[in-house]
Order: sequence, then C-alpha cells, then structure tokens
Amino acid sequence: MSKGNSIYENRKYVIGGIAVLVVFIYIIRLFCLQILNDDYKRYADSNAFLKRVQYPARGNMFDRNGNLLVYNQSSYDVTVIPREMADIDTVDLCRTLGITREYFEKRMTDMRDRRKNPGYSPYTHQLLIAQLTPEETGMFQEKLFKFPGFYIQRRSIRQYTDNIAALALGDIGEISQKELDNDTTGYYQMGDYVGKQGVEKYYEELLRGRKGVEILLRDARGRIQGRYMNGLHDVPSVPGKNLTLGIDAALQSLAERLMSGKRGSIVAIEPATGEILCLVSAPSFDPAMLVGRDRGKNHLKLLRNPAKPLLNRAIVGTYPPGSTFKTAQGLIFMQEEIVDEHTVYPCYNGFVIPGFRLRCHSHPSPIALQDAISTSCNSYFCWGLWRMIDNKKYETPQNAITVWKNHMVDMGFGYALGIDLPGEKRGLIPNAEFYNKMHNGRWRGLSIISIAIGQGEILTTPIQIANLAATIGNRGRFITPHMVKSIQDTVIDEKYRTWRYTGIDREYYDIIAKGMRGAVVGSNYGATCRRANVPGLEICGKTGTAQNRGEDHSIFMGFSPMDSPEIAVSVVVENGGFGATWAVPIGALIIEQYLNGCIAEERLPEVERISRTNLLSPKENLYEMQLEKENSAKDIK
Amino acid sequence: MRYNRSITKRIDWLMIGLYVVLVICGWFSICGASYNYADTDFLDLGSRTGKQAMWIFFSFGLGGILMFIEARLYEAVAPFFYVGMLGLLLLTIFVADDTKGSNSWLHFGPVSLQPAEFAKFATALMLAKIANTYPFDIKKSRDFATVLAIVFIPMLLIVAQKETGTALVFLSFFLMFYREGMSGAILFSGVALILYFILDIKFSHDVFFAGTTNAGQFIVLSLIIFISAGMMTLYTKRKGLARVVLWPYFVLVPAGCIVSSFFFRFDVNMLLWGLAFYTAVCQLWWWVTYRMKQYGLMALFTGMSMLFLFSSGYVFEHVLQDHQRTRIEVLFGLQDDPRGAGYNVNQSKIAIGSGGAFGKGFLNGTQTKLKYVPEQDTDFIFCTIGEEQGFFGASVVLLLFLVFILRLVHLSERQDTVFGRVYGYAVTGIFLFHLLINVGMVLGLTPVIGIPLPFFSYGGSSLLGFTILLFVFLRIDAERGNG
Repeated sequence: MSKGNSIYENRKYVIGGIAVLVVFIYIIRLFCLQILNDDYKRYADSNAFLKRVQYPARGNMFDRNGNLLVYNQSSYDVTVIPREMADIDTVDLCRTLGITREYFEKRMTDMRDRRKNPGYSPYTHQLLIAQLTPEETGMFQEKLFKFPGFYIQRRSIRQYTDNIAALALGDIGEISQKELDNDTTGYYQMGDYVGKQGVEKYYEELLRGRKGVEILLRDARGRIQGRYMNGLHDVPSVPGKNLTLGIDAALQSLAERLMSGKRGSIVAIEPATGEILCLVSAPSFDPAMLVGRDRGKNHLKLLRNPAKPLLNRAIVGTYPPGSTFKTAQGLIFMQEEIVDEHTVYPCYNGFVIPGFRLRCHSHPSPIALQDAISTSCNSYFCWGLWRMIDNKKYETPQNAITVWKNHMVDMGFGYALGIDLPGEKRGLIPNAEFYNKMHNGRWRGLSIISIAIGQGEILTTPIQIANLAATIGNRGRFITPHMVKSIQDTVIDEKYRTWRYTGIDREYYDIIAKGMRGAVVGSNYGATCRRANVPGLEICGKTGTAQNRGEDHSIFMGFSPMDSPEIAVSVVVENGGFGATWAVPIGALIIEQYLNGCIAEERLPEVERISRTNLLSPKENLYEMQLEKENSAKDIK
Repeated sequence: MRYNRSITKRIDWLMIGLYVVLVICGWFSICGASYNYADTDFLDLGSRTGKQAMWIFFSFGLGGILMFIEARLYEAVAPFFYVGMLGLLLLTIFVADDTKGSNSWLHFGPVSLQPAEFAKFATALMLAKIANTYPFDIKKSRDFATVLAIVFIPMLLIVAQKETGTALVFLSFFLMFYREGMSGAILFSGVALILYFILDIKFSHDVFFAGTTNAGQFIVLSLIIFISAGMMTLYTKRKGLARVVLWPYFVLVPAGCIVSSFFFRFDVNMLLWGLAFYTAVCQLWWWVTYRMKQYGLMALFTGMSMLFLFSSGYVFEHVLQDHQRTRIEVLFGLQDDPRGAGYNVNQSKIAIGSGGAFGKGFLNGTQTKLKYVPEQDTDFIFCTIGEEQGFFGASVVLLLFLVFILRLVHLSERQDTVFGRVYGYAVTGIFLFHLLINVGMVLGLTPVIGIPLPFFSYGGSSLLGFTILLFVFLRIDAERGNG
C-alpha cells in the first residue's frame, strides 16, 4: 500500500531542521533579552514598583522644663510622575492649585532640566508645589481623579509653640543644590527638607531620623495592588530623635522681650552643666516666618533688613568685651604673680605716666584688685598689664604676651568655644606674631595697653563673655556651652559632659567673685552695677562699655548666687551707651526671672520701660514697622 | 479486548507523556498569568484557572475516547466532516456576535466555541484523504490546485470572521505539501519574498549617498543579484557564468557610489535596477542558448523579485491603511512608540527580560500579575513563563516543544499510509506554525498575530482542537501495519 514517495524522505531533515532553527533562534533571543540585557529588569521595576518614600517625623524639641517648643504639622505637597501624566486640563489644574499657567509650565521645565534637578526621572515622584494648606489640599483632592499622574504627598513642617528663639532653634528648608552636592552619603533627594540654621542644622542627622521606603505594586492602569512581597523589602522609616534643650522658654521669652527694639544679644548659661538657658540675638523674628510657602519671600526680607536679624549675634557677633575683660586680666595677673590681693596701684583719674594717659573715673586711690573690679578702675589693669608684658621674667614682651594669650585661650577666648550651633565665631585674642606684624616687631607693654581694659584688638562673642562669667562662678572650670540638654535614647556628646579647666587657682577666682559682688552691692571704692542689685539674690556682676565707632556698646556679665551659681549671663546691647545703662538692668532681670521664676511686681514697670525702649536707627525701625504692618494686614485677612 | 490491548502497546507513550507534561506546564502558567492578588483559589470553576482545569479534564477524557475510534472512520467521514465544517464556518459568520472584534465565536449556554479551531482538523483530514486517493500527485498542477482549494476555502471563510491569525495557520499546510513533493523553489521563493519585504520596509527610511539612494531598495536589489549569481553557481554546470553578472556589479556599483557622492548626484538604485534587469536578460539568453530549464526558472525568479520589490513599496505606501502600516512599521522597529501600537510587544519584552536567568519564581512575576502584558494568559502566555521561570524555564519549554515536533516528524515519516503521513505532517506543520508565530511575537521577532501557544494559552477551543489533532494522529500511528 505504501506509495513510492521515498525520494522525498530526506525532506524530513529540512522540516526538522526548520523546527530546530526556530527553537535555536528563539533561545538565543531569550538569552539576549534575559541574560545579556539588564535594562528590562529596570523597566520592569519602574513599571511595577511604586517606591513611596516614608518620611519620618522629625524630632520634636522641648525646653529644659519639658515644654514643647518645636513640633510637626502635616502639610501637603503636590507631586507628579511625569510618565503618568496624560492630557489634562491645565487651566483647571492651575486654577485649583492657585497658580498661574506660566508658573506651572516653568516648574515643569525646571523639573525636567537635569542640571537643576539631577534626581529627575519620569518614573518617580517629582515635586510640583510644596506645602499646600489643608483647605487647598481638600480642593485638589476632590479633583485629583481628573489629573492622572498627580499625587498628594503628606509631609510634615515645623510648628512653634512660643515663637521664640528663632535663630537658636533654626529652621528647615528645601535642600539646596550646594547641600545636595556636598551630601556624600547620598541620603538626600531634591525636595527634601534639611536643617538650615541653629539646632535644626547642627542636629540634622538626629532630628531627621531615617527615611523609609514602601514598595507598592502598581498595575498597568496605575492602581495600587498591594505591597511587594508583603512588605518584605520595605524599609521602615526611623523617626527623628526628640531633643530637650537647655533653653528655659519663659526666660527666653522675657529676654527677647527685653531686647526688642535693640540690637545685641543675651546669653545665659547654667554654670554647673554648661547648658544654655537662653540665647537671644536681637532683633529677633518669629520662627514661623520661615515656615510655609512664604518662606522664600520672608527670608529675603529678613536678609535685606539692615538690622540683620538673621545674624545670630550671640555666637557670631564679635565685640570688644570692655571692662568685663578686667576680670580675666586680674586672674592672669594673680596667677602669673604680677600682683597679689594686696598689691595696690595708683589711679589719678586715670593711668598717667609721662607721655601717656588713659582716663578713669574718680574713686579713692591707690586701689587693690578686688576693689578695682568693683569700681572698674582702668588704671589698675593698665598697671598690671604693663608690669606683666614688660616683666623681666618673660625676657621679651613676645614671651609675655604668649603666656597671657595661653591663659586667655584656656578661659575660652580666641577660639570658638564649640557650642552645638553652626557658624560660631572665634573672636580675636592677639598673639605675639600679631603685634610683631602690627608694630614691626618693636613693641612693649605700653604699645598694647588698651587690651588691659578689653579694648583695642580684643574681640569676643557674647557667648564667650557669658562663659567667662560661668567660669568665675565655677571658680576656674567650665563645660563647653551647649544648646541640647539631652537627646532621646542617647547621650549628648562627650565634650558637653567634660569639664575644661582654666589652669588658674580657685583662690584667685574668689577674689574676682568678691569684686564682682562688690560691684553690685557697693564697696568703699564705688560700684558700677548697683542697678543689678536685686534684694534677696546674691548677684555678682561686671559692666562693660565697649567703645566702637558709633555709640558705645553696653555690656553686662554676671552670675548668681555667688558661691554655687545657677546662672551666668552676658548681655550686649549694641550702641547702648554705658554698661550700666541698659545691659545691667537687663542682666539683673534675667537672673531674677531664672532664679525666682518670675519678676517681682515692683520691677514689672522696669521690664515694660526697657522693652519699650527703641535703640534702633530710624532706617532699621522703618523696616521693622513695614514688617509689622504686613503681618497685621495678613492677620486681618 | 485483545485488539485494544495491542493498541495500548502500540500507542506512542512518549508523545502522550510530552502532551501531559506540556498541558500541565500550561495550566501552571495560566495560574501565574491570571493570578489575582485578592483571589487565590485556583480550582474555583468561576476563575480562569478553574475553567482551564475543567477543559484539561475534558481534553484528557476526549483523548482517551479518541483512542478507541478506528482510523478508517476518519478517512471515511473526512469529506462530510470537511463540508460540514465549511457550512459551520459560513454559518458562524452570520450568527456569531462581535467578540473582541471578531465574529468567530458560537455560544452554547455558558460554553463558547470557536469553529475555526476545529477547521484545521477537518482540513487536515480532508487533505490526507485526497492525497491518499490514487493517482494523486501533488506535482501535477491539477492535484496541486485541488489541495490549494481545500486549504484556501476555509481560510477565506475564517478571514471573513476577522480571525486573520487563525486563517494564516492554514499556510502551514505548505510544509506538508513540500514533504509530499511540492517544489522547494515555491517554499524558498516564499521565504525570499518575505525577506525582501522586511528588508525593504525596514531600511526604507535610510538613505545613502547624499540623500539620493533608498537604502532598502539598494540592499534588496543587491540581494536579488547575489541570489541569482549564487543559483547560477549552485544549480548549473557552467560556474563561470556568475562572473558575467558579478563583475559589472563590483565595478559599476562602487564607481556609481563615488560619482553620486562626489561629482554628480544621482540615484544609485537606477544603476542597480539596470544590473538586475541585465541579470534576468542574461539568464533568459542562456536559457535560449543552452536549452536549460534552470536558467528559465532563474530568470523568472529574478524578474518576479524585481516586480515584487517594485509593487510592495507601492502597496505599502498607497494600498495599506494607516493602522496596518503602523503595525508593520512597529514590528520592524521603525516606530518607537511604547505606549501605542508597540505597547504589547514592548511590555512583553520587559516581562521576559526581567525574568533573568532563573526567573522570579512561580506566582512572583510582577509584570504579568499587574497586567502590564495584555492577553497575558492567552496569546502572551509565554511572557509568564519567561518572567517567572527565567531563561532556563523558558528554554526548557521551547526544547520540550522541539522534541514534540521532531517526534511528530518522526512519527509522520514512519506511517505506512499516505493518509497517515499527510495527516501527520499537517499536524506537525500546524504545531510548528503556532510555535513560530506565537513565541516569535512574544519575543518581538514576528508580527503580532493573535494565535495561541498550543497547550499553554487559556481557552477550551484551542486546547480541545489541539488535543483532537494530536490524538487522532496517535490513533492512526498506533494502527500502522494493521491495515
């Protein structure tokens, strides 16, 4: 039955060969797609995985008594995944979001510009508008279905309970290009918030916590179908740590009130711990100004203000310390055995030697160290410094000034103290080289005599002056001043728990402390800060009047109680005239508030009087008034 | 009973084994492809996996029953079967409602069937029956015309149902024709024409030589000349003649390119058209001089090739509709439009590519689960295998199919009746065509023609259709030598 078709039998090889060839080509194709090419894996991931960043709550901040200072509030960002954007009614979108079409288009162009936004990817969330109000969000949410590819993302922004300590607390803002470039860890992305100033910046890593990521499965229509592998690869966010600051909110509040209408600074330190009790830089501003969508506008306004409210004078303002510096001088003279407590120097209404005269006010003469502190005699310290610099035991003035400078540095001058705030300035304590350069190598004690009374080349920051007061209160040691008292779940830096010693004997500090007590309660030789005498409080104080080009700066430094001080304070009122005029009463009120927890009724008018006093220039005032007008206009609206 | 036992012994159990393995692999792939995050009961009859399990159960039963039906019966009923099927196909065109753009489905209560799936079987039987009648010889033009008619009538009816994919499957019978003695030249010409068309379209947007010369035409014309020269060397004794064609090509074409680029701009293709024409004339001249039929056929091939090239460009630009043109252009990568016409293939490549060497594991594929690939449990089922089982899993499936097809070739060849052999090769061709087009489409190599992957794609009609095709052949095979 079989037909003689065998001549074509070999064609089975052709047919089988075709089958083998097809399968062979397809296996090669599979190999190319699946093994050689990695792109498809990436495409698949961006197809299917929606990586939703979980922003952790930023740590809150409390004051030393556990009062909440800074916390978070929800705000809503509008983001867009460009790849998912379909044809939308741009006009409707802009109207709902309250933006102009030009702004929308510019924002989209900027977003796609990889130079401006290196993290751009059409597959991920890109920030369109930040920080919508809940009302705006509600309106947008209703229409969200009309705008495929647009999302609302919840973020948290900072809120402040008391609107105090703007510069000390700092602020957070969108990360800048420069900060992104400097971020070696690759943690940050465009649009993230980072601490920009103050504690927010210094403790950024602790406060921010750690972002998490939730991997969601997204189907072809963009609907979320659940979590990838039940969240196995999700990274939970770690909330930021809460910080307890050394700040006393009531004290800070009063201090800011007292400084209103003035330029200057108040720093208060707890001597036993180095914790900052208050840190005021005046003029101050409401920290809430730098939150929300007006942040940029407000920041510019603050930046343009001639009174420079963005300058944290407490740590970056450098002033000649004036007479407050005499305490440090006295300590060095005694330690270097230039003088002892019985050494007296004459004062004839000033330091008068042939060819040189430095004025002093009238008081009995000759005078010993303790009384010289109390009455702030210029002559005594000029004598002391002269004797020291030209002392034979150092062989040269250069050697002498080196010894002097080292003591000053040990007391916390000349270098940044190391406070936990960004940008602290070091001030200036001249050394031998400095004067060699200045005087062509030929100089003696008299050439530099003005540093004896804290003038001349000396520059210190208010925090260094406050620290000097704390050192005297502690009788020769201090802990580096710091803002943060404790951190949730961890300890503060070792350096904020370690004593630093000035190397000057305790007995000498007793003399200085007595002198400062005398300045407040009065001595036989006179007293400079009687106005700091608050009945019932054992306040030690020292005034300072720093000469400068304009009106003198009014300075006060003090601590209380005398033997185991609980507060040390420095007050600088720029162009405030004599130390006694403004700085002393302010300092006294600060001490009273902190030690008593309130201001006695009879001194409330004083508080009122001081806070109403305006020492700003007319131009600066104009600026402040404008700002106030705008704010009140906004409130009315 | 004795008879049946001997049948059991003679059944090709390797085929049955392969069939069962492929069907079960297929069911698991459908589990992966139709997996829903909310619902994981695979055997629920409301779900696609449950329905497919039911179809598999029916198929196994049907396969068993078919083993008891003697082959003679098929040979006897083939004409009635075929005519009945034509009637059903015709009826379907008018009765069937519009389902996904085609009028090919008949609904019987909850069950829907696609007659076109069974038309392949009826046609294969009919072809086998015709070929088995004495004195059938496919080389005789009358007989060849008969079988062409048997193939093209159901094909046209299916095209009328707008099931072009299924209709194209009928082209697979040409493989059987080839085995039965159809000239290889027809098969070769078919392949060559497809190749010309692809090259012409693919490179038609590129231009050479200062924008004068269409690259697609340049390549195809060169190919025509080379193939002619190659055939002259292979099939004739006068090897030297190829030089007569090749020398002018290698002298004139580079010279023309240089002149066109630097001196006088002109379309180099004009030169090539001339050369191709010259080649055809040479072949004709030798046919007349040497009286050798081969030269005549070569001349015919060259001439037809040129005619085809000339007309295909015209058809493509002026006859085809926009969406058809788009589909073809996307296929050849001329249009980069991942969201548009190329979306399916692009997503399919992503799904497969993301599988890597070992895949993401059963039910762990993301692309298929999240419905990025359309038709993923029917036409694009191979994606799921690629994504979840990776390169190795997908290769194993392809190799299983290869073994299956080679075994079919082997079984067909060992038939002692023309009926058995013709039917066997028809079945082989159908499976090979489905594999070629379906997997090729998923891998982005062949046009997107919606035909299922045998045993894998979801659907009762296709599974039952393939089961019938295969088991009838197995029964025929088991009866060989009994006649």
